Amino acid sequence: MRWLGFIHRRDKDADLALELEAHLQHETDDYVARGLSQEEAIRRARINFGSTTRIREDLWQRNSVRLEGILRDIAYAGRTLLRSPGFAIMAVAVMALGIGTNTALFTVVNSVLLKPLPFADPDRLVMLYERSVDTNYPYNIIAPGIYAEWQKDAQSFERMAIFGGSSYNLSSDSGQLPERIESVRASADFFSTLGVAPAYGRVFTPADDQPQAEATVVLSWGLWKRRFGGDPSLIGNKILLDGSRYTVIGIMPSWFAYPDAQTQVWTAFHHEIPPKDLTALDNHSFMAFARLKPGVSMRQALSEIDTISRHLREQYGANLPAISLGANMRLLLEDLVHDFKTPLYVLLAATSCVLLIACLNVANLLIARAASRRKEVAIRAALGGSRWRLVREQLTETLLICLVGGALGLVFAYFAIYWLVGVRQDIAREESIRMDWVAIAFTAGVTLLSALVAGLIPAMSASGRGSLGALQESSRSHTGAQAKTRLRRLLLSVEVALTVVLLIGAGLLLKSYQKLRSSDMGCVTDNVLTMRLSLPEAHYPEVAERAMFFEQLLIRLRALPGVSSAALVNVVPGQGYGGDNILTIPELPPLPKGQVQIARRRFCDLGYFATMQIPLIRGRVFTEQERLERADKVVITQLLAHDFFPDEDPIGKHLVVDVMLDNHPRPYEIVGIVGDTRYLISEPAQPMMYFPMSSGLSRRAVIVLRSQQDVNTLAIPAQRTLQSLDKDLPVAYVLTLNQVIGASTIEASFTSTLILAFAILSLVLASVGLYGVLSYLVEQRTSEIGVRIALGAQRDQVLRLMLFDGLRPALLGLGIGLAGGAMASQLIRSMLYGVRPLDAVTFIAVAAVLLSVAALSCLVPAWHASRLDPVRALRSE
Amino acid sequence: MPSSDQKQKNEMLQGTLDMLILRTLITGPAHGHTIAHVIEHTSDEVLQVEQGSLYPALHRLEDRGWVSSYWGTSENNRKAKFYKLTATGRKQLVAETGKWRQIVGAIGRVLGEVES
Repeated sequence: MRWLGFIHRRDKDADLALELEAHLQHETDDYVARGLSQEEAIRRARINFGSTTRIREDLWQRNSVRLEGILRDIAYAGRTLLRSPGFAIMAVAVMALGIGTNTALFTVVNSVLLKPLPFADPDRLVMLYERSVDTNYPYNIIAPGIYAEWQKDAQSFERMAIFGGSSYNLSSDSGQLPERIESVRASADFFSTLGVAPAYGRVFTPADDQPQAEATVVLSWGLWKRRFGGDPSLIGNKILLDGSRYTVIGIMPSWFAYPDAQTQVWTAFHHEIPPKDLTALDNHSFMAFARLKPGVSMRQALSEIDTISRHLREQYGANLPAISLGANMRLLLEDLVHDFKTPLYVLLAATSCVLLIACLNVANLLIARAASRRKEVAIRAALGGSRWRLVREQLTETLLICLVGGALGLVFAYFAIYWLVGVRQDIAREESIRMDWVAIAFTAGVTLLSALVAGLIPAMSASGRGSLGALQESSRSHTGAQAKTRLRRLLLSVEVALTVVLLIGAGLLLKSYQKLRSSDMGCVTDNVLTMRLSLPEAHYPEVAERAMFFEQLLIRLRALPGVSSAALVNVVPGQGYGGDNILTIPELPPLPKGQVQIARRRFCDLGYFATMQIPLIRGRVFTEQERLERADKVVITQLLAHDFFPDEDPIGKHLVVDVMLDNHPRPYEIVGIVGDTRYLISEPAQPMMYFPMSSGLSRRAVIVLRSQQDVNTLAIPAQRTLQSLDKDLPVAYVLTLNQVIGASTIEASFTSTLILAFAILSLVLASVGLYGVLSYLVEQRTSEIGVRIALGAQRDQVLRLMLFDGLRPALLGLGIGLAGGAMASQLIRSMLYGVRPLDAVTFIAVAAVLLSVAALSCLVPAWHASRLDPVRALRSE
Repeated sequence: MPSSDQKQKNEMLQGTLDMLILRTLITGPAHGHTIAHVIEHTSDEVLQVEQGSLYPALHRLEDRGWVSSYWGTSENNRKAKFYKLTATGRKQLVAETGKWRQIVGAIGRVLGEVES
């Protein structure tokens, strides 16, 4: 109302003038009615009424006084700040950094974790899982047979869809370069369950989702724009995927990115996967989501599918030991962002700490300045300046600092987000990260809150009683300043404590990261180039063709200049899961009922172990003759030997494995034992078995090239070699082995680096604070110190005294911070690798760093104090 | 500080005036002149309403949303600004009246004791 009143005060005044005039007229009418003459009536009415101007002035002032006061405050605050530009710039910069980082992180947290998925009624979308036999995977992907049972019997769901990741070689007849694209095979209900419609064309119908149907494909907006020039007439035309023709039926809208932003095409699930592969109850290889019926809770739905799964386990568990224990479920959003929750919230907590430290620092600086203006303030208070008015001035000043800081922070945040999105392509929903009104409102809120925190603390101290005391106070006594110093010390302790918490967090995460990077992969990872390829079924239907291709490829690769050795494997160390199999050992007594032995399955050529420098511990590797149907040998890892053959020599024994995935396990003779390698850098090695690439069973291969020179120079020649064998065969992920491994450590590297940056920033702020307080203290006590020195105090005594004075708040803060750090480290436990949360080395190192920085920042003022010339000090009054 | 004393007295009077204005408007919309007259008349000319207080009070009440205003034609066929009680104003009046009665009762009891 007031603001409106201010804006409309001219109109209101005119209105009031008319109203008063009307009153006078009515009064005059009254007098006329009583028999007075017109003039006399007007005169009487005016006398009775008094001054109309006064009433109008009254209202005018009421409408304007507040806003004018505020404008005056802002102008005053602006002038005060400009008088000390150093302080102003510093304060604004600190606030801009604090607010900016918070806005950036909040934007990410909001976009990734909080914002609902852009699908219809996303609260009813759930991801379905199985609980695996070995309890390590409570959220395991699902077996198609189990899914079929759920779909048949479960009543809790409106719709259900099954899908699986895949990739295709996208080539063309018109000579465009082939490329490898990520894809999803999606059942007919995939899009309708999510509740999304294509931008152009249509999505799959049940008729498309059949083995006999014509091949159809839905394209992502990005692929359509990039490769096909965004031409809408593409719909109905055919494109080449893995050498087969697919009719483009639809283009998804640009915002659609499910299951991830890498997915470029969707093909029909049942068209791509033969029905015989969709019956297994124990082959966990697909993903599924469903839409709950309205009013059905997740708990009800889960208990329903869990019951179905448990029945299946009871029924078939004896013959199929890998069948899951039960079902599991979580919200689709939760499923997407689950892995990023802790790191993102930890980062947000860190930025909040930085902002709080920034506020405290500005508060500290303001108190220091207020102290030097003590007398001015006291005089104004004595002359009738109200306490509220003085508080308001301080608040306006911090508000001004924070507003400018907030505006700059917003700009900073914009660039920070831009950078972050570029660096962290791996974050789920990364494509949805953008600054929106929520983020801007958040910034505004944080800005005001910061202004309040940074402004109220010094304002409270500035408005302290005893203005008379301040006036009387001679500089010789420093009692009046003591309260202020105490407050500043307290602020400093809090600052130091927060800094210590950040330092501990940064230290632990950094150490984890280093541990992670230095963990032994089991092979020599330097100077190795990798690139992935996949032989399409349409061009290479027979195992013999694939084996031949791989053998030809290896011969040509080894002949390339600069290649010291070349090899093929289906999945390199650090690349990930890569498939596994249940195995049995005919030479050993059968396992107790319900137990299974699982090992990772790999295919490689005989040169792989030498190329990767994986040690051969016993026996031999494959021979060139062991190809196709004669590929009945297997090489196992040390861990497999240790775990499954505790007391026996495994060489010459057999593993019975269903390598061909045709439900007919065959025996493979163990010929050698090699060293363990890690499938993921953050996970311990697992039992692994290698089958010959020359069996032709694997369509996928990773080319591994080792060289003495820069391996990146081999990328183009290797691709040319591949093209010379098959011009439609693209490669993907041309990366050094270290890059492959590093991709899974990007999270750890990113978080630890950022938190370290925040911790260093806080450390700088805290040390600036320490320096400021002690300098101020020394200044306050100049004459006292002068007297002490004049009376014979040793200079190193003075130095010690002052140093200890300055270090006290740091020590207090350190103590609190170490305790806080111990608690915080429990919260980031899940992000640590190879480091205990209460890692003594980290805690001691942090304490040492903090103490030395604190000592350094106190040393200068303390040294100044000890070098005071007593004569000059005493004369300074 | 004399100024603060005076302020307090004014505030009390203002509060009372507000209540009287709201009470007057309960019978229907009225313009300033009528309001002043009704108050004076009903109180048997004991309460004199100063225009210098009346109009600021009316505008304050309007700011608070207790009354609304519109320009209309008065019984004398003159243009006048009419004030009308709003729903919140009505609630306020009930609350104020209750409070007032309580205070008057309390004061009455205290004074009664002195008399007897």
